Amino acid sequence: MWKWLHSYADPERAYKLSGTLLPWFAMLAISMIGIGTVWGLVFAPTDYQQGDSYRIIFIHVPAASMSMAAYMAMATSSFIGLVWQIKSADWAAAAIAPIGAVVTFIALVTGATWGKPMWGTWWVWDARLTSELVLLFLYLGVISLYASFEDKVLAARAAGILAIVGVINIPIIKYSVDWWSSLHQPSTIKITEESSMPTEMLYPLLINIMGFGVMIGAITLVRFRSEILARNGMRPWVRELAKAEGVK
Amino acid sequence: MNPRRKKRLTLAVALIGGVAAIASLLLYALNSNLNLFFTPTEIVQGKKDTGVMPEIGQRIRVGGMVTVGSMVRDPNSLHVEFAVHDAAGGEVIVTYDDLLPDLFREGQGIVAQGVLIEPGKLEATEVLAKHDENYMPPEVAEAMGQSHEKLDYNEEQKSGGY
Repeated sequence: MWKWLHSYADPERAYKLSGTLLPWFAMLAISMIGIGTVWGLVFAPTDYQQGDSYRIIFIHVPAASMSMAAYMAMATSSFIGLVWQIKSADWAAAAIAPIGAVVTFIALVTGATWGKPMWGTWWVWDARLTSELVLLFLYLGVISLYASFEDKVLAARAAGILAIVGVINIPIIKYSVDWWSSLHQPSTIKITEESSMPTEMLYPLLINIMGFGVMIGAITLVRFRSEILARNGMRPWVRELAKAEGVK
Repeated sequence: MNPRRKKRLTLAVALIGGVAAIASLLLYALNSNLNLFFTPTEIVQGKKDTGVMPEIGQRIRVGGMVTVGSMVRDPNSLHVEFAVHDAAGGEVIVTYDDLLPDLFREGQGIVAQGVLIEPGKLEATEVLAKHDENYMPPEVAEAMGQSHEKLDYNEEQKSGGY
């Protein structure tokens, strides 16, 4: 049933396919984040309590939710790489890790910047903030494990096991605000019921969330392509490609 | 699926299952310690499951709503005194000697950290404002009868605070 998928695991085919997809992802990411950010920062109404300060939500929430989504993508790739021993999946996981780390960092920094004027503090060790910080450390762990082995097959296995184990942190982040009392407020966007935000604030937020997702996809494609080239430098098709591009 | 893949799949699934089990047991054991604050009811009556009550002199955080009409401000200094309550009916008095966050007002959720000086009275060293997940334009809030007024400080309070 899944046989047709296996042909895409071939490095050359994966390289070409991601090359074709890249401009679409990039264009979509730029336009969505552009529209969402301008709409959110300029045209969306102010909040009755927080005034204009709440507008950082249009960066903070996309970064935070996509930091978790990127982790799931990375862990899924690692899982596929580990079980089916598909090298392209390992490379994809290695490509996502640093992007996820940066997005997590953005979520933490924008959160702190928002916390100072609203809550009155940059940081508090509550369940949500702490578990998001743990997510950053998980990303850093995956990155350093992958970097510390000369043999990349072994490196991907070690990093992949850490990535899979770390998945347990994702539901903890998501439900931390419901399970325990925390300073961080519960989710505004709800999947099963109506979100506690009017549509003129919600739409730019949703556009930016999707925009961040597509942006992570686009940067992943760039990193995935270079990861493929780095791992296949001795293959004839890479050499031909290099010759065609005029590189020694 | 060939046997080697099957074996790896079982191992990977067992790994996830094992870690999930460990994490849930750990979180279950730590459960009440992961709460950021005591509710006023827990300070007055003790925790629901364990009955643990904070002692006098203990450094704790209390979280709840500022009771409307309870705030007393000293006109010459930053000293404020207000009551914090929760839905279960408990109430504690909080005293504080510094600038309150912008979002602070009666009816607002707050988290105060400080020392319990007598039963039901907290001398706070830090007061943080908690805000909820609801966002709305000011016009809508006004129509719903919710408004937000900032605290204002006079010159004496501003200079005396530091």
